[in-house]
Amino acid sequence: MTNAESPRTAPDLRAIDAIRAELSSARGDDFWHRLEELSARPAFQDWLQQEFPSQAPRFVPALERREFLRLMGASLGVVGLAACTRQPDERIVPFARAPEYVVPGQPRYFASALTLGGAALGVLVESHMGRPTKIEGNPDHPASLGATDALAQAAILSLYDPDRSHSCLRAGQIDTWSAFTGELSGRLERLAALQGQGLSILHAGESSPTLADQLARLSTRFPRARVHRWTPVHRDQERAGAELAFGRDVGTHYHLDRAEVVLALEADLLGSGPGAVRYARDFAHGRLGRAGAAGMNRLYAVESTLSLTGAMADERLALRPSEVEGFARRVARELGLAVEAPALDAFAERFAVAAARALDARRGAGLVVAGREADPAVHALAHTINYELGNTGATLEHTDPLDDLARPAAADLRALVEDVRARRVDTLLVLGGNPAYDAPAELDFAGALASVPFRVHLSAQVDETSALCHWHVPEAHALESWGDARAHDGTVTIVQPLIAPLFGGKSALELLAFVLGEGEKSAYETLRERWRAKSGLAGADFERFWREALHDGVVAGTGAPGVEVHLRSSLDFGASPATATGGLELALRPDASTFDGRFANNAWLQELPRPITRLVWDNALLIGPRTARERELENGDVVELAHEGRHLRAPVWVVPGQAEGTLTLHLGYGRRRAGALGTGVGCDAYALRTGERPWFVTGVELVRTGERHELVTVQKHPSQEHRSLARVATFDRFRADPLGATRPEHGTSELAPPSLYPGFPYEGHAWGMVIDLNACIGCNACMIACQAENNIPVVGKGQVANGREMHWIRIDRYYEEPAGTVDERVTVVHQPVPCMHCENAPCEVVCPVGATVHSSEGLNEMVYNRCVGTRYCSNNCPYKVRRFNFFPYADFETESLKLQRNPDVTVRSRGVMEKCTYCVQRINQARIQAQKEERPLRDGEIVSACQAVCPTQAIVFGDVNDEASAVARLRKEPHHYGLLAELGTRPRTTYLAKLRNPDAELSGT
Amino acid sequence: MSAPHRHAHRCFGVLAQYTSGAELLAAIEHGQRHGYTNMEAYTPLPMHEVSHALGHENDLPKYVLAGGLLGATVGFGMQYYAAVIHYPLNVGGRPLNSWPSFIPITFELTILFASLTAVLGMLALNGLPRPHHPVFSVPEFEQASRDRFFLLVPHYDPRFDADESARVLRASGALSVSEVPHP
Amino acid sequence: MSHAPQAPQAPQTPGPGGDKVIAPGHTLATVSDKITKIVLTRATPRGWYLGFAGSFLLVMVLMVSIGKLLVSGIGVWGVNVPVGWGLAIINMVWWIGIGHAGTLISAILLLFRQEWRTSINRFAEAMTLFAVACAVVFPSLHVGRPWLAYWLLPYPNTMSLFPQFRSPLEWDVFAISTYGTVSALFWYVGLIPDLAALRDRAKSKPWKIAYGILAMGWRGAARHWERYETAYLLLAGLATPLVISVHTVVSFDFAVGNVPGWHATIFPPYFVAGAIYSGFAMVLTLAIPLRKIYGLQDFITLRHLQNMAKIVLATGLIVAYGYAMEAFFAWYSANPYEESMLVNRMTGPYWWAYWTLLLCNVLTPQLLWSKKIRSSVVALFVIALVVNVGMWLERFVIVVTSLSRDFLPSSWDTYTPTRWDWGLYIGTFGLFLSLLFLFIRFLPMISIFEMRTLVPTEGGDEEGHG
Repeated sequence: MTNAESPRTAPDLRAIDAIRAELSSARGDDFWHRLEELSARPAFQDWLQQEFPSQAPRFVPALERREFLRLMGASLGVVGLAACTRQPDERIVPFARAPEYVVPGQPRYFASALTLGGAALGVLVESHMGRPTKIEGNPDHPASLGATDALAQAAILSLYDPDRSHSCLRAGQIDTWSAFTGELSGRLERLAALQGQGLSILHAGESSPTLADQLARLSTRFPRARVHRWTPVHRDQERAGAELAFGRDVGTHYHLDRAEVVLALEADLLGSGPGAVRYARDFAHGRLGRAGAAGMNRLYAVESTLSLTGAMADERLALRPSEVEGFARRVARELGLAVEAPALDAFAERFAVAAARALDARRGAGLVVAGREADPAVHALAHTINYELGNTGATLEHTDPLDDLARPAAADLRALVEDVRARRVDTLLVLGGNPAYDAPAELDFAGALASVPFRVHLSAQVDETSALCHWHVPEAHALESWGDARAHDGTVTIVQPLIAPLFGGKSALELLAFVLGEGEKSAYETLRERWRAKSGLAGADFERFWREALHDGVVAGTGAPGVEVHLRSSLDFGASPATATGGLELALRPDASTFDGRFANNAWLQELPRPITRLVWDNALLIGPRTARERELENGDVVELAHEGRHLRAPVWVVPGQAEGTLTLHLGYGRRRAGALGTGVGCDAYALRTGERPWFVTGVELVRTGERHELVTVQKHPSQEHRSLARVATFDRFRADPLGATRPEHGTSELAPPSLYPGFPYEGHAWGMVIDLNACIGCNACMIACQAENNIPVVGKGQVANGREMHWIRIDRYYEEPAGTVDERVTVVHQPVPCMHCENAPCEVVCPVGATVHSSEGLNEMVYNRCVGTRYCSNNCPYKVRRFNFFPYADFETESLKLQRNPDVTVRSRGVMEKCTYCVQRINQARIQAQKEERPLRDGEIVSACQAVCPTQAIVFGDVNDEASAVARLRKEPHHYGLLAELGTRPRTTYLAKLRNPDAELSGT
Repeated sequence: MSAPHRHAHRCFGVLAQYTSGAELLAAIEHGQRHGYTNMEAYTPLPMHEVSHALGHENDLPKYVLAGGLLGATVGFGMQYYAAVIHYPLNVGGRPLNSWPSFIPITFELTILFASLTAVLGMLALNGLPRPHHPVFSVPEFEQASRDRFFLLVPHYDPRFDADESARVLRASGALSVSEVPHP
Repeated sequence: MSHAPQAPQAPQTPGPGGDKVIAPGHTLATVSDKITKIVLTRATPRGWYLGFAGSFLLVMVLMVSIGKLLVSGIGVWGVNVPVGWGLAIINMVWWIGIGHAGTLISAILLLFRQEWRTSINRFAEAMTLFAVACAVVFPSLHVGRPWLAYWLLPYPNTMSLFPQFRSPLEWDVFAISTYGTVSALFWYVGLIPDLAALRDRAKSKPWKIAYGILAMGWRGAARHWERYETAYLLLAGLATPLVISVHTVVSFDFAVGNVPGWHATIFPPYFVAGAIYSGFAMVLTLAIPLRKIYGLQDFITLRHLQNMAKIVLATGLIVAYGYAMEAFFAWYSANPYEESMLVNRMTGPYWWAYWTLLLCNVLTPQLLWSKKIRSSVVALFVIALVVNVGMWLERFVIVVTSLSRDFLPSSWDTYTPTRWDWGLYIGTFGLFLSLLFLFIRFLPMISIFEMRTLVPTEGGDEEGHG
């Protein structure tokens, strides 16, 4: 028993057994005496301490008076310092032509990367006087091309989250990093002596080459140490599918710009997952609706729950998750592959045939995508079809997998738990992640964890896992620490800190360095060493390489090389699976806001309306209309789900487009320790999630409880009532009759209907915005980018319920059902609505104090100082884009949140109206720049926050007076129109109608 | 000749009391026949016959008209000045001089000024407020606000003579006649 | 040679209603004494104390509601986006409307030589003043930053900023303040001779002095009466267009807006009619108990009540016409937004408000066609109450239902008043009643000198003044 040497583990356990034995023999008074006497024994005390760590007596040095005063003085000093932000000591390199020295009021941009779901997104971080305030996409980064998703935008708020852990905790008591390293080093020496026997490391599997490198080097000091990885949103299915098809794991990324026909199988490739931002851009590029456009890609989507991808699809089929494989088989067989296929119902059949024909007709320009949540077989079928049709290498590429790990995540974690159960783990370092919350239900990870003798958790917050560990170490935020990360195509970005850790956090690199016996080696050194070795450069050459890498935000030539793969000759899909039983199926999905739960405490994300449902501050059990009718369920009814003896209560929400008989629940809610905001929001879907079937389970029991739960959505009416607000036409009609195709039933397409008023002349600039509904995928990135840029407060669930949300730009989601079809075939149109900056603004005329007036360049300006808050402007705004501070919503107290604020934008107070300003601060910044350089403003020089972040470039801003500007050109498009223009408001924000490209064989049903 | 002077400083005038408007009217006629041109009557309710008989006329309406016109000018002028001259702003693309929008306020100010002129003018011309007046010192005068009618021959009437006037009024069928002392 | 005041022998002039505007047997003296006695000598009834205490309690509710509002912010109300205006604006319009009857009675009926108005105009005017006082509570508090509400006034300031005169809210400021001022003048001018009467009747020194100061030394001089009458008549002439304009301007708050259900040309006339409608209903609601409690049946006779009932019926019909036209326009315009506005009113989330309103304002007053009901005091009282409720609902439908569903279905939402919304509304009742109680206790609630002109002596001119 090697553990015998370790004083605080096995002996205790034996001790307690011994005690039990002794006691059992005692009777009466004797028993009590004995108990007393026993409890005094050191062994018992020792055991007690370990079992109930927080009871353990802690070392408190006796303080001399002078000593005390000295410490007090010091700590007061620190308190003072805490107010200001510190620049890190290492040199970091500003992006673009920003000055080398800080100019007050002049923001600087630094390239870095944010990692999520195992892939990095390159970003530029805007820094004001050393405070990171806003995140933009990095145009040079392959996954970003200048755009980001909503989650990346919100990362800045997580950085300043006041609920982040502020210090090391030992058994829940505040303690110091040195105390931690002190205790840890002792154990490590003992473990080293045992070649690391009993040392296990569980990390959260983000794609950092340097981290991988460190873990590899671990074996030198601790040959017998075990490294595991767990992340709840893993690519196990994809991996298994690849192994099934090619006999090996491969990374796969797509070139949607080259694909003319796309079949998405349970794949939300535009909405979530590695590369989504890039894919969205490429996809939009492939269906640019313009006058005289030759063609347009066509997207077939087959999915169980309405995703953003499904919402963009030209043809969509709702299937239960278990039926998707059957469908894929049917397509494969239609394409002449030797695959058994089950019988499908009429429409699915026609859909499969149509999709197959389209793919067949576009060999090499078609693409079949299987999603992260699809079964391995579906992945394999997709690979096979792509391979057979010659799409592989054309519209998709295979590379070595980004993470070359021994085992799939689920299996890996199971292995760890088995080790723990077998008492093979003495010291467990959990680097990031929150397994106690998100591990597969059947493992009872939390239970297992509690029995590890010495456990450490590195995490940004004191969460469910931290609570179970002896030591909690605060983790530095990505914007606070050095590191590196791979994009979906392998490209590496050096992650550079924008600010020294606000709360003294440590990165995984630093903790591992210590474990590796490198002491307090900074992540910076570790990183540079690794890259010095990797690049094989030294001295000045390396410095140049380093500087370039930091500056550009990508390390040149790190894109993973393509690999040649071939289908296994022995590939056989066997008999088609049994058609699904009558029971309900439950699909689990990462959440658009909390993802796997890590963003549960992020107020911006919680209040960001979820795609499609537009729900906030909750997750709900999504259910199809017919199923809801059958089960007599309404929105907000709480049901109890039961599966394999596990139970979960959740409120239901009825969504059209949901496959009937299928329930969908999003992960990342029901957190028990997520901080002030996130704790207890929604219900914990992990309770039903197993390692075996991570994404869907069949045969779920559903029972009504009769209870109700208030679910809050920002859009209470789903239909546009035939008002042709978001106009839609088919691509064919558009090509035949560009003007007529999008002409409305009511109203006019004329932007400026006749008026008695002469109208104001706008010489010089006249700012305007065009939003291309055809490109918008409804990803919400613009909403949260606007929130970050313009210091927009959150108001909380109750206020949203009362229609008081504050977003300056919102995305209206309208369902439109093709005549005479069932709910599942509903189609969706997204319409972003910022302020229209009407030339004849109805809001201005009714303001009694002139608090909203027009600028000489046509901006509809709000003068916060002058506003008394009559709310008449909001009543008279046909677009309802004005937002009112019914309470003092802005947080004027929390220090850390103040750091995030954009210094160029007023923080509004109680009783004041506010709304979109076209990012006037950016306009003026550009204007000043141009004046300094004594040149006119260039088109595209001014980029509004929503425009900058948009993955599909659906938003274009510029000078409508400038004939050459992008905006002016778009305004000449035949399908260009103004929202409610018939009211004579003369909106400056206008739209391009949405175009669909339906399949002739399917449409008309 | 010297009599009036002797009486002038002694009393303010002579006040006669009547029980009905008709008697009062008769008395006025009576007094006028005796050459009194500057008499004043007090009634519990407005009686035009009386003021006609006494030959009053008033020019309050002219002032009120002037007040109204002033109000109109000020009203429109203020709005025009603010919106066009002083601080021109593009409000909802409307012309600076949105005169139709300026009409309501112009109208309201017209009414306001005219009304104020009417009330303040009435008070000013009537020499009100005047909390005390010599006639109040006559005890019966309290009935003037109930059901009695009074006729006063003030000392400033050219033909005034305390004894003589009292005799004339008594002859006019007054219920009572009393001298009004000087304050 | 008895010159004692003789009781009038001449037969009473029968009023058009066959009934009298003043009971027989009254002389100048009796009229004066009966009315002044209420104020001067008659002991304060216990009912008055109870009533005033109750009203004052409600004033406290008002104070608490205002305090809460100022401390926490407008968010304590139910208003939101899209429904930016709620009970506050509804109540303002409602109170202003009620005020209109007073001015109408004292001014317009005066011009029309409707002498029957004389006995009710005094407290009708008082009612106007108090109603306006209640009304102005709301617009000043309903803004997001009430402490800056004065920015709506055109005053010289260092920022050299003026109000924005194109806004109907700005028109409101002028219309309502003018209306308040003129009503107050009208009321006070009418009071002067009566204050003099009180001064002369008052027994105790302090009251003598108090009334004396207020009477400004009025002594009923003939030449004063002359100018007084002219001024009074001119005020009436000015107040008449004013009262019409006030509710027209209030209706502009909506008619000038572009919200479907607001943007209608019929609003001004139908708002004015509605105002008179609710105003007379309120006069009935107050007059009926008052004449009973203070035994004024001699002065506020059945004929008064019947005439008012007829006016209620007439204006009620105009209002009904307004509703009909609104619906007709919505259909005839073929404008999808107007059409759905109508459908929404009838079947939307607030359908109950619309149909109750029609019941109260269109159906109920039809009962007044019957002379039997017109001559039943109780029936009149009940109908008046129903009409008051109906007119409140009308404003609710216009403000809330229209705003809750306008152009973009995506932003449709509903509005639910909170207890603070209601607190403020109920509180204003307290304010209104408290002022009314003070008024009837300390001032003659019937114009004495005008009543004198109704006494048919050979002295008074029969057809009243004018």
